[in-house]
Amino acid sequence: MHDVHDFEDVKIPIGPQHPALKEPESFLISLRGEKITASSVRLGYNHRGIEKACEERTYTQGLYLIERICGICSHSHSTCFVQAVEEIAGIEITARAKYLRTLIGELERIHSHLLWLGVAGHEIGFDTLLMYTWRDREVVMDLLATLTGNRVNYGINTVGGVRRDISHKQKEEVLKAIDILEERTKYYIDLAKGETTLIKRLQGVGVLSHEDAEKLDAVGPTARASGIERDVRKDDPYAAYGELDFKVISVNSCDVYGRTLVRLGELMESFSLVRQVIRKIPDGSILVKSARKVPAGEAVSRYEAPRGEDLHYVRANGTEKPDRVKVRAPTLANIQSVSKMLEDRYLADMPIVIAAIDPCFSCTDRLVAVRDTKNKGSNTVVWETIRLQGIEWYKNKGIDFTSLNEKLTKLS
Amino acid sequence: MGIISKIINWSRLKSPWVLHFNTGACNACDIEIIAALTPRYDLERFGVVLKATPRHADVLLCSGPVTKQIESRLLRIYEQMSEPKFVVAVGTCACSGGVFNGCYNVAGGINSVIPVSAYIPGCPASPKAIIDGVVKLLQSLEAKPKSKRPGGKK
Ligand code: SF4
Repeated sequence: MHDVHDFEDVKIPIGPQHPALKEPESFLISLRGEKITASSVRLGYNHRGIEKACEERTYTQGLYLIERICGICSHSHSTCFVQAVEEIAGIEITARAKYLRTLIGELERIHSHLLWLGVAGHEIGFDTLLMYTWRDREVVMDLLATLTGNRVNYGINTVGGVRRDISHKQKEEVLKAIDILEERTKYYIDLAKGETTLIKRLQGVGVLSHEDAEKLDAVGPTARASGIERDVRKDDPYAAYGELDFKVISVNSCDVYGRTLVRLGELMESFSLVRQVIRKIPDGSILVKSARKVPAGEAVSRYEAPRGEDLHYVRANGTEKPDRVKVRAPTLANIQSVSKMLEDRYLADMPIVIAAIDPCFSCTDRLVAVRDTKNKGSNTVVWETIRLQGIEWYKNKGIDFTSLNEKLTKLS
Repeated sequence: MGIISKIINWSRLKSPWVLHFNTGACNACDIEIIAALTPRYDLERFGVVLKATPRHADVLLCSGPVTKQIESRLLRIYEQMSEPKFVVAVGTCACSGGVFNGCYNVAGGINSVIPVSAYIPGCPASPKAIIDGVVKLLQSLEAKPKSKRPGGKK
């Protein structure tokens, strides 16, 4: 006979549409009372098939598609991709272009971290913080709009450099805005260090020990809050980071509070980086000419996105279109650690723990697991099958690339 | 129109409750929707309140192309909303599929699944455009409160 207290675990599905989630993803939580005993995540609601679509587009077209993997770290993805393409093509971009990419990258980090701070505030019921940070975030959004022409999805990168230069007046605008933002961020840091309710709500929540973070290969602020000093900008400098001076922020508290402090610290570093870029940016052209065709070859490129290490793999086959593009977004590296963080925690902590890795599911949804419901069990489809299926699919629609491909190979 | 339905219509126009649903967007349209609700643009001054459940919402703000995974869920959420209901497609993707048109896992724009009342283009649609779209939708309802919802099934 069952004891009254000896309930079975209750399984609760959360998502794909749920007030606590900002994007469609779904979690299955097993609960015993208020405690989470197990959790699993189901992704794929956002899977659009970008990697495959890139193969049907030229490198330049693909670049703007890649940018739309994720609207929050769009510059990260496009820079990461374009770096890989430039490496294969053997293009060395100008120093000015490198600085401009760095500048936009840092402004993007500022907007992303402020956004995160607001969302985190919202998840713990501190909506005032959401309103404050999002108001301040508009300052950097304005900057991005004047520098690139769009508030999000900047479209500033192109193969061989960047598309827009920065004027003297814009430089001053940037410096002015950075001063405002720095002052506001100092206020948030004071808040995070002094506000007891905030500290009590975040401390000891979502713990990911140093060892677990190593084992689960966490990246970005999630790893750095568990005492791992891992930052691609330092470890494998790209763009202009090799010439700039900055610290890698890391703390040892291993919890959500630590992740907050890391992000706030990084904001301050980003302000100093932006100032350095404005001071040091060399004169010169912003674009080097490049051929439309990229010689055969392959490359992997890494980029420190606001959420962690972003990784792109590109294989070229000598035509105008890539043969294969693979993206490993930071959230995919971090999502495994969420299960660990949720283990034995309260259900009420779930939103903030998930939010603390700053998940971005539009970045992450790129695995196809086809489940055969009739025969029970799942099989993961390998890339080549999908590729053949894709070719078939287009053929059935009356689009056949075979002759076109042959012509292209003849031409080159 | 009876006095009661007049009052209901008036209150509906003065305070539309919206539900935001990401149907496979790149997130940019979503953050612009949130930006429209925060202090700089403050959609709330038109009485717009963000709701968390479809059963409370009058307006469904959809962003992004409809992926095959989300298609049935979108339909289900739409069906859970009570009449009268309106759908606003935010962003080029939601209007037509945008850059993702032709991707193997994308079914198309929002209107390939459910009827859409207002389209707000832009990649992403800027908060200003979103406010403009929502206000225009409200105005169109004010003008002809008795007519069928624009874009609805005839
Ligand atoms: S319209 Fe543009 S910004 Fe909006 S979801 Fe589509 S790609 Fe992203």
